Amino acid sequence: MSLMSLTAVELGKKIKAHEVSVLDAVTEAIAAIEEKDDTFGCFVTVTKEQALERAKTVQQRIDEGKLTGPLAGVPVAIKDNLCTEGILTTCSSKILENFVPVYTAEAVAKLEEAGAIILGKTNMDEFAMGSTTETSAFGVTRNPHNPQHVPGGSSGGSCAAVAAGECSCALGSDTGGSIRQPSSFCGVTGIKPTYGTVSRYGLIAYGSSLDQIGPVAKDVTDCAVILEIIAGHDSKDSTSISRESYDFTSALVDDVKGMRIGLPRDYFSEGLDEEVKTAVYKAAEMLREKGAIVEEFELGLVDYAIPAYYVIASAEASSNLERFDGVKYGYRAKESEGLHNMYKVTRSEGFGPEVKRRIMLGSFVLSSGYYDAYYLKALRTKALIKKEFDKAFKTYDVILGPTAPTTAPKLGESLSDPLKMYLGDIYTISVNLAGLPGISLPCGKDSKGLPIGLQMIGDCFKENNIIRAAYAYECSRKEQEG
Amino acid sequence: MAQYETVIGLEVHVELATKTKIFCGCSTEFGGAPNTHTCPVCTGMPGSLPVLNKQVVEYAMAVGLATNCTITQYCKFDRKNYFYPDNPQNYQISQLYLPICRNGKVEISTGNGKKFVGIHEIHMEEDAGKLIHDEWEDCSLVDYNRSGVPLIEIVSEPDMRSAEEVIAYLEKLRLIIQYLGASDCKLNEGSMRADVNLSVREAGAEAFGTRTEMKNLNSFKAIARAIENERERQIELIEEGKSVEQETRRWDDNKEYSYAMRSKEDAKDYRYFPEPDLVPILISDQWIEQVRNSQPEFRDEKMERYTREYHIPEYDADIITSSKKLADLFEESVALGGNAKKVSNYLMGETMRLLKEHEMEPEDIRFSPENLTRLIGLIDAGTINSSVAKEVFEKIFLEDINPESYVEEQGLKMNNDEDGLRSVIEDVIAGNPQSVEDFHNGKEKAMGFLVGQTMKATGGKANPGIINKILKELLNK
Amino acid sequence: MEHIISDETIDYVGILAKLELSPQEKEQAKKDMGSMLDYIDKLNELDTEGVEPMSHVFSSTNVFREDIVTNGDEHEKILANAPAVKDGSFKVPKTVR
Repeated sequence: MSLMSLTAVELGKKIKAHEVSVLDAVTEAIAAIEEKDDTFGCFVTVTKEQALERAKTVQQRIDEGKLTGPLAGVPVAIKDNLCTEGILTTCSSKILENFVPVYTAEAVAKLEEAGAIILGKTNMDEFAMGSTTETSAFGVTRNPHNPQHVPGGSSGGSCAAVAAGECSCALGSDTGGSIRQPSSFCGVTGIKPTYGTVSRYGLIAYGSSLDQIGPVAKDVTDCAVILEIIAGHDSKDSTSISRESYDFTSALVDDVKGMRIGLPRDYFSEGLDEEVKTAVYKAAEMLREKGAIVEEFELGLVDYAIPAYYVIASAEASSNLERFDGVKYGYRAKESEGLHNMYKVTRSEGFGPEVKRRIMLGSFVLSSGYYDAYYLKALRTKALIKKEFDKAFKTYDVILGPTAPTTAPKLGESLSDPLKMYLGDIYTISVNLAGLPGISLPCGKDSKGLPIGLQMIGDCFKENNIIRAAYAYECSRKEQEG
Repeated sequence: MAQYETVIGLEVHVELATKTKIFCGCSTEFGGAPNTHTCPVCTGMPGSLPVLNKQVVEYAMAVGLATNCTITQYCKFDRKNYFYPDNPQNYQISQLYLPICRNGKVEISTGNGKKFVGIHEIHMEEDAGKLIHDEWEDCSLVDYNRSGVPLIEIVSEPDMRSAEEVIAYLEKLRLIIQYLGASDCKLNEGSMRADVNLSVREAGAEAFGTRTEMKNLNSFKAIARAIENERERQIELIEEGKSVEQETRRWDDNKEYSYAMRSKEDAKDYRYFPEPDLVPILISDQWIEQVRNSQPEFRDEKMERYTREYHIPEYDADIITSSKKLADLFEESVALGGNAKKVSNYLMGETMRLLKEHEMEPEDIRFSPENLTRLIGLIDAGTINSSVAKEVFEKIFLEDINPESYVEEQGLKMNNDEDGLRSVIEDVIAGNPQSVEDFHNGKEKAMGFLVGQTMKATGGKANPGIINKILKELLNK
Repeated sequence: MEHIISDETIDYVGILAKLELSPQEKEQAKKDMGSMLDYIDKLNELDTEGVEPMSHVFSSTNVFREDIVTNGDEHEKILANAPAVKDGSFKVPKTVR
């Protein structure tokens, strides 16, 4: 059996028990990448030499008893918007085609400290703007379940790499659904933690008030384990929250008796694919059978999340991406006349259409005379959406619904109508606006054989509720599938 | 021609005296090779994040309290977006919506008496890097050592009416901030910078005229000249029936001329929005009290104390307290055992003379109170005479030498050897019969000449008291 | 379409955002921005009177650093990615007119 078909925790156990060596694991992962990545295009950069080198030192430290954690020796993939010292970090953008960071993102550093081995950097929608991983400047990533379909996005490379067995697990980032939606499309599990739980230091910002880093893995257990490693207060990130507890693995309990689970009616209405609807209802039913109290309820303002999100995220992005100007790093236009022309040509050549679209929109909504009507209006809407969730979590421990309205669309179908593509994020986006934790995990496949994702949303700092519910569901599904 | 009134408001930027930058742990030390005081945060590297330096908030609060402002107890940072290479993120983290201090005032006095100048707000922000034009390659070079150095911007109300009032206001602000230790406020080094907003209106008019903003003013003199020039330029425009454009102008002090900084790429639309990477600041009453209580003694209190405690004349106290640096030097020297009046004399006399001679400000003083005190000790002990002392002080002023070892090394000790001096004086008398005769004919000046000749013969080191005594004795024989 | 985006608006936003769009891109941008703004207008259905704009989700405040120097000279690293360097500085087209 391939080591890459094991979960990260299973592989970690075998390494710890000296049943397999770190080098075996890394070699096998590299072989899988070399075999499959021409087809799937999950990676922008593969760090083969460094990974093989590091496998030796990690093995040594395991042998010395200095590395005892569950991920010691486990090969991981990192989304290409997380800075890695000495490793190309492009955000899948031409404007960073040659950028080699001089420091490592806090979340990645924590993974490395725990003994994980970086295999490379995964493809994504350019600057995490997109839902298909088709906006990458370095080619598309394909869905391992059917290469004619997209893997979702923006963390499409990370999710596809896990699904294709090109790594044990991966890190992604989620601004409006960018971990959960591709997890859903690729049939893997991903968590977007409560805002402030994982340090954003070293995450190349898209929408700073919405961005969170999270795990992408084969199951709920892996996700909880990875989250426990990468979470933590970081004095380098002012928005990092000092939480009472960073224990997520204790929630891996197959027990949902008495747990209150709410299904928002608006999440099951118009626009939702019938097969997805059926699968999600079935999942809810399984939890009910396990003793959870499952009921439908009215979650207000569902339709207002996307417009509010596009104002806020685009505005922040327009500012965050100003630093890419050809002065300090990255691409600079070969030919330009004078400073301002250099800026313009560099940025016009360096950014792709979707990024430009959002920068233009963001610059517009912040410009003189529009700030109140658009930006402040969106921030007020955000406050109201948060209030709706606060209200819901007075009654429910977990909000359950689909991750996305459909399964993965075919390549090339989405970009022609951006607005339609944006609507695909309807169930994930409000979670970022309200800073909540959310998980997506597989709950079956449609008739085309494409995975369907189930989303569970928890109240702020209540990851353990969604981890427990997801774990319990996963146990039942495994039993059922035998 | 109609009578015009000038209406002036100031935007004063002050670099705070923190050890580190506002959002990262890089040193704020002046100088250093380009980009040696930088890190991912202050060079706008992707993924880097700002963390606020607490001392910046406390300095800003201290300046606000000292200028009678209300502290904004819930304040936030905003992003100001504009592209320029000295601004590595192409946005500046500043405060627009909730600046830390508001509604203050300071009292100034000019030839026309006393008045208050209102302070609209004080906000915190980060400084930009430095751009150097490279003539050889016709390009510009960017150094981010100053990028992220903390600034406060003090925005006055348009309450000033003349250059004299502007200078008085700036001097007042400077003194307050220096006394707080919040900045050294050097205009020539850029740690204090003033932009002048100026408009003119017919005397008696209610409405303000269109204002311009003048930048690049590096000295009080430049500010005064720019105000006069801009006032005339605007009046001329109005008299010619033209209108004043609302614009930013750059002053060239060498040419005594300003020009508009206009560009179609300058949309002046900064797209401010709340900085998402920083959390709000909540300032408790208790914190305000703490900052208030740790405020230093200001000028008026110091003056009163100097006359009471050190018994120096009010005139001396006034001059010494006109600069924080002088006041500190004075207090430290006295604490080291220097006689207050003697220390004061050195600061008021020789120090002021040398400052003027070298075109320096008191803040530029580099010598230590230790060496000044040592010098006074040498004089008191009769180790050196006053003319040597003057020479040694100049060395202290310029190089902060230790006067004790300097006097020793240079052999400048006072010559108190009576027998030796007697023989020198005998030679002087023998060599200047005409002066001796003049002295006997009642010409007192001749005595001075003979003293001078003796001094010269002893390399200026002789004890003048002994010379006088022996000369008189020998001449009156 | 409710929002008709003019050439002037697109040019103005282009100056702010430092993007130079081709005539074709410009037409597309006018269309895209117009339809997005139409969609965003949905927010106007909501009565947000008296609602405090929420820039930060959590009410955390006062995150500070102490004023202690922690960084040394790393100019080589800082300059390592620069497209053009001269004399230890980032080299850019001249800034003075």
